Amino acid sequence: MRRGDMAARLRRDGGWWALLLPAFLLLSVFYITPILQVLAISFTEPEPGLGNYQRIATNLSVQRVIWTTLRICTITTALALMLGYGLAYAITLASEQARRWWLLCVLVPLWISVLVRAFAWVTLLRRQGLINQTLQGAGIIAEPLQLVWNEFGIIVGMVHYMVPYAVLPMLAAMREIEPRLLAAARGLGASRGQVFRQVFFPLSAPGLVAAGVLVFIFSLGFYITPAILGGGRTLMVAEWISLQILDLIRWGLGTMMATLLVVTILVTLAVFSRVVNMRRLFGGA
Amino acid sequence: MSATLGTGSLELRGLAKRYGEFVAVQGADLMIAAGSFLTLLGPSGSGKTTILMMIAGFTEPTAGRLLLGGGDITALPPEKRAFGMVFQGYALFPHMTVAENVAFPLRVRGIGRAARDTRVRATLDLVQLSGFADRRPAQLSGGQQQRVALARALVFDPALLLLDEPLSALDKKLRAELQEELRALHRRVGRTFINVTHDQEEALSLSDEVAVLNHGRIVQKGAPAMLYEHPRTRFVAGFLGKSNFLHGVVQGDGTVQCGPWRLHHAAPPAPGTAVLLSLRPEKIALGQAGDNAIEGRVLSSAYLGAGHAVVLDTPIGPIRVHQPAWRAAVDPAIGTTISMAWAADAATIVEDDDAPG
Ligand SMILES: Nc1ncnc2c1ncn2[C@@H]1O[C@H](COP(=O)(O)OP(=O)(O)OP(=O)(O)O)[C@@H](O)[C@H]1O
Ligand SMILES: [Mg+2]
Repeated sequence: MRRGDMAARLRRDGGWWALLLPAFLLLSVFYITPILQVLAISFTEPEPGLGNYQRIATNLSVQRVIWTTLRICTITTALALMLGYGLAYAITLASEQARRWWLLCVLVPLWISVLVRAFAWVTLLRRQGLINQTLQGAGIIAEPLQLVWNEFGIIVGMVHYMVPYAVLPMLAAMREIEPRLLAAARGLGASRGQVFRQVFFPLSAPGLVAAGVLVFIFSLGFYITPAILGGGRTLMVAEWISLQILDLIRWGLGTMMATLLVVTILVTLAVFSRVVNMRRLFGGA
Repeated sequence: MSATLGTGSLELRGLAKRYGEFVAVQGADLMIAAGSFLTLLGPSGSGKTTILMMIAGFTEPTAGRLLLGGGDITALPPEKRAFGMVFQGYALFPHMTVAENVAFPLRVRGIGRAARDTRVRATLDLVQLSGFADRRPAQLSGGQQQRVALARALVFDPALLLLDEPLSALDKKLRAELQEELRALHRRVGRTFINVTHDQEEALSLSDEVAVLNHGRIVQKGAPAMLYEHPRTRFVAGFLGKSNFLHGVVQGDGTVQCGPWRLHHAAPPAPGTAVLLSLRPEKIALGQAGDNAIEGRVLSSAYLGAGHAVVLDTPIGPIRVHQPAWRAAVDPAIGTTISMAWAADAATIVEDDDAPG
């Protein structure tokens, strides 16, 4: 149905679409072309061919950074979805007034610089940080825990950053669920738990998938948070690419990984655009 | 499998609902016999859905009690009452097929797959939807969706079936068809049906008993013919069909002085009483003799196939008459003055509750 609408609108507004042409040309010349040129370096440096790509199979450092990135992104996505689902559920059930406050609390972190947030986590998590001191003071631990400069720290920071992005698509999906359906399910004999499992959850699933894709794709390219909270010991692709290009001047290897990243993102999007409605995911009506 | 609760009669005792200052339902008293078909009839906002939701357990009453088979169920949550319910707009689960929708009440009761399938198939047969088991609600017509909602409400054999305007979203022809089916279904399953509607024809044709609501109050209840023939108030007479209303005063000889006329009435109250007569348009005969005969000038006349709907101008205002077209005694041409008559027992004295329908 949506697709039909689109086609009809395209036909009707054909003239207006032409107005987008200059912007499209500008974008191609100044944005898409340079990116493609940079990515093309992966096939030419240090010598022409697929040499850089063979390293995916042979080079341990390349493999390790790919696995670390995938692992961290998967865990981050899972945690952000769990926290986000709970939040979105609470917001959906809240009264109109409470909902506004909840939303504000979810959105405020988005307006604080990612740098500030990462350093805030460092102060909280480091050896003499608030958390370790509290735990030691309470006598729960004898030695400070290693909470930062490792995967744990990265994941904490990334989950914190991602939760709002997980909440918003899920909230949109949940708010579209008709309350009458839930009442109907109860009237037909379902307990609260059954209503949730058999009606609410399946109906909110498209939002969950959408949020998952969004968060996963976002986390793949994360740079600042892992760089600060990982302390250079745990590398994710973005930091690794910057290391290759800026410090080691290995343009070919760095751009190979960048190409891999772009391809992974495009493939993920292509796969999931068949599962969920992309227009809804990115805010379309 | 039987319902969780007894299958006795349902009783509403002084059931009331207030939203802040606003009284949505005031002191509803009703006794609904097991196996009967009751309709709650009233205009929009009269509190029909609210009463139904209190029976179902979704809305908590501010006062009053609800008894089923003599046991108090006022405090029971909806899933414990286990009444079948067809919601206004059906509320089918969009992510489930027709069969899954119908199986839902059985699944949440932990009934095994085999028993479930048999029961679902039998119920889909009952509502004539056997071929649609694997479709989704979005792929069904309005009438088919309505039947799925019915099947889903009936599949677990509830003691009571609650229907909130089950036919209002359908076109007129389909509505008439499904009214038939609903009636047949009620006879076949032998359960108590409580139906909500604002369509007076549906109420009259379907129900054993009708309760007429206005402004959150049950104005009158009774069998359809009783309500139609003996409306207690002006509102009931006007809401159930059409009626002419004549103001008059009872005279010493038992006639009713109404404008320039002395009308005969079968059971007049004491002389001196001011009365309001409700006179159905089809009980007035044009161009014939009767206990009460008056004249009027034809203001408008509409041919409806089966009859004429005529409005006549008289000294006490316009009077509506319905007259069969077949072998009519007079031709109600506009502008002509013709006589009309009705029997002494044709009009009913009603209370004037100041709410013309
Ligand atoms: N949650 C609520 N809060 C405040 N007022 C309400 C609420 N629910 C219903 N009402 C009011 O109670 C009155 C009765 O509502 P109800 O839904 O029972 O009407 P109804 O007879 O079913 O009407 P309709 O034929 O339009 O469905 C209405 O005036 C409505 O505005
Ligand atoms: Mg209603």
